[in-house]
Amino acid sequence: MQTVTRDALIDRAVSLLSDGTVDTVLGWRKGLFDYDVTPSTFKTVEDLRENLQWDDHCGANFSKYLIAQTKKTESKVLVFLKPCDTYSFNQLLTEHRFDREKAYAIGIPCDGMVDAEGNMLERCVNCKSKKHVAYDELIGEDGEVLESGRFDEVKWLESLTADERFKFWQDQLSKCIRCNACRDVCPACTCEKCVFDNPKSGIENKAPASSFEEQNFHIIRAFHVAGRCTDCGECSRVCPQHIPLHLLNRKHISDINKFYGEYQAGAEVGQRAPLVNHADGDVEPYEIFDGGDVNA
Amino acid sequence: MQVEGYKPLIVAFCCNWCSYAGADLAGNNRLAYPADVKIIRVPCSCRVNPMFVLRAFQRGADGVILCGCHPGDCHYTSGNFYTRRRMAMLFSMLDYLGIERERTRVEWVSAAEGAKFAATMNDFAQTVAKLGENKRLEDLRCKQ
Repeated sequence: MQTVTRDALIDRAVSLLSDGTVDTVLGWRKGLFDYDVTPSTFKTVEDLRENLQWDDHCGANFSKYLIAQTKKTESKVLVFLKPCDTYSFNQLLTEHRFDREKAYAIGIPCDGMVDAEGNMLERCVNCKSKKHVAYDELIGEDGEVLESGRFDEVKWLESLTADERFKFWQDQLSKCIRCNACRDVCPACTCEKCVFDNPKSGIENKAPASSFEEQNFHIIRAFHVAGRCTDCGECSRVCPQHIPLHLLNRKHISDINKFYGEYQAGAEVGQRAPLVNHADGDVEPYEIFDGGDVNA
Repeated sequence: MQVEGYKPLIVAFCCNWCSYAGADLAGNNRLAYPADVKIIRVPCSCRVNPMFVLRAFQRGADGVILCGCHPGDCHYTSGNFYTRRRMAMLFSMLDYLGIERERTRVEWVSAAEGAKFAATMNDFAQTVAKLGENKRLEDLRCKQ
């Protein structure tokens, strides 16, 4: 159950829409079933009152939608942001992906979201923050950054031998059907032209010809968002094959924390990401395994 | 698994200003290093996109080594600092996915270090030869 009610959201959105502050509302649209929620735009008050949904199934992160939507309007776009969404919001601002003046962000508290089966999402079990890092106004109470066990699974994987790790990832990644949902939903994947969309590359379509291609796809994608991934967990949420993609991103995050100091992407606007930065005395690539399991 | 007469295929990305000149010096001094080391000249070690490394593995390389100027000596002032961070992250990720960590390496070789270049290549070729063929990241479609 969410502490903030649907009515509170609708009341605020309706008043902002009616007085002309915004002309578009980004929200969760009701579907056929409870869990069947679609990210959508609302232009009219009637549509909002009738079709906006706000409950435990509203996992979608709207930050990325702002890029397209703010370009389409001369007015402002109202967007509802849960605490973890605000990190993506900040990260996109850092990368100058949309005009801050054209976004009206309402922060709403979140008590955890569930998947279609009603189980709490992994990212919510290991929630990293209940604190909004960006908003124009807030409905409800703001929370705190939390201590979470989100790196526990990464540590467990690291403790295995190389062969066991390889088997684990083969089992997981061979399930991939290359639907590209993880890429399409990722707020850090905002290139106008994606490297995987090159028709000449031979890796554009689905129907994997070999499992190795899948591996490369996910390594490349994880690396492209390294240092910019806010760990919003959208990739794992949308994966139809339930591949734990967040474990790849969290590996990069935990490495960055270990090698270059604690860093949370999106915590502030204008932060310099670790991979576009450098310092004297950075760890050498041949030193990273020191102290690790050298026999693995 | 080691096959009789097996020679590893090694791709070496060498920066134009230091390591490529280092390789040249090794040649001038008639220092032997394995002929299976294929050198690709890049303007700077930071030109090497992590995808290049994966591509090399996909196309059948058994080991990939990056050579650049010593940190602080980069022709473009800071290129190899970025390489250092990038490759540390990439190698750590490859290890996490279960790819043998000995297959990748970064080595700083200056233009005056012909001997170091030859020694590095000999050592790396030996290490990779012990591991045998790269089975974990190869792409069967690329096999000839």
